[in-house]
Amino acid sequence: MTYSSAEIWFTIIVLGLGTFLLRYSFLGAIGNRQMPEWFLRMLRYTAVAVLPALAAPLVLWPAATHGQPDPARLAAAAATVVAGTATRNTLAAILAGAATLLIGLYLS
Amino acid sequence: MTKAPNAPSRRAAALEASRARALSRKPFQSMIHGATQSLPFLLVMVPFGMLFGVVATAAGFDLAQVMGFTVLVLAGASQFTAVQLLSDHAPIWLVILSSLAVNLRMAMYSASLVPWLGGASQPARAAVAYSLIDQTYALSIDYFQNTPKLSFAQRLGYFAGAAVVMCGAWMVFSFIGATVGRAIPESVPLDFAVPITFLAMIAPALRSLPHAAAATVAVIVSLLLAGLPAGVGPMIAAVLAMLTGAATETWIVRRHGGRA
Repeated sequence: MTYSSAEIWFTIIVLGLGTFLLRYSFLGAIGNRQMPEWFLRMLRYTAVAVLPALAAPLVLWPAATHGQPDPARLAAAAATVVAGTATRNTLAAILAGAATLLIGLYLS
Repeated sequence: MTKAPNAPSRRAAALEASRARALSRKPFQSMIHGATQSLPFLLVMVPFGMLFGVVATAAGFDLAQVMGFTVLVLAGASQFTAVQLLSDHAPIWLVILSSLAVNLRMAMYSASLVPWLGGASQPARAAVAYSLIDQTYALSIDYFQNTPKLSFAQRLGYFAGAAVVMCGAWMVFSFIGATVGRAIPESVPLDFAVPITFLAMIAPALRSLPHAAAATVAVIVSLLLAGLPAGVGPMIAAVLAMLTGAATETWIVRRHGGRA
């Protein structure tokens, strides 16, 4: 790396402070105030909006295969979603995804 | 739907019983309950934490810096983003902006907890904010919504139990990854722990049409915008996906005659 130790610590501390402020924003500043219904309705979809958006490029273009789509990883992602939807159980979904990935990589 | 006509009522009775148990717990018991229900997530936090330790160490960060990220930032996806961009020799300001963009969802988590924890004391809210990660949020909001009559003390207890187990595991296993992680054979595909975790966390919600619509928009837009700087595409995709989920819910409510 081409950064000095001070530059790296500056990055860590600013990132840490900024992340805390994002997390504290509404809880800390707004407190108990009632929020509008449309706003709360949007918030119900936060997790289901953010996490697939972060996961999709990682699934289709994995860094481990230098961005080339990989059948084993695609199958593992599909198995995770199918198992999670069918069982409504996060752990079952993770196990299904991990097992599919290991089998897929073993076969390829 | 021909078999077991009484199954839904039995399920409703079981739900009612679990709500009654939740309401009767003392704050400390709620904490134990939150900690216990977090244990399955260790299957995620342990490899994910180790992965960060291994990846950051391999990228050239020393142990103090790895733990600095893990303790001060405490946000997996953005820690990976920062390490990736620093390895790519990106300018510092871009590293910070991109990693913070990945964490913008935390502000949304923060907002959605206001109805449940907004009335807690200032130090309690600061402590919740510090330990507000995807997993503690997902588990707690589900619990709060299923049992709306919990007291503040019961909610804080539950959150604290989840936070100690999951954030604690994240820190301990980042440390282990950074110190002994080099012993893990390279053939173990630790990289895919991240997307599998994210997908497994949302898959159980996909049976509801608005959730499925939101997730579909998130995936499509994120892939279309993959050329933008790290973190920007997913952020735009997430905002559009939230609007989609809310609009679909509004549409369903209207079609069923205006009841919420």
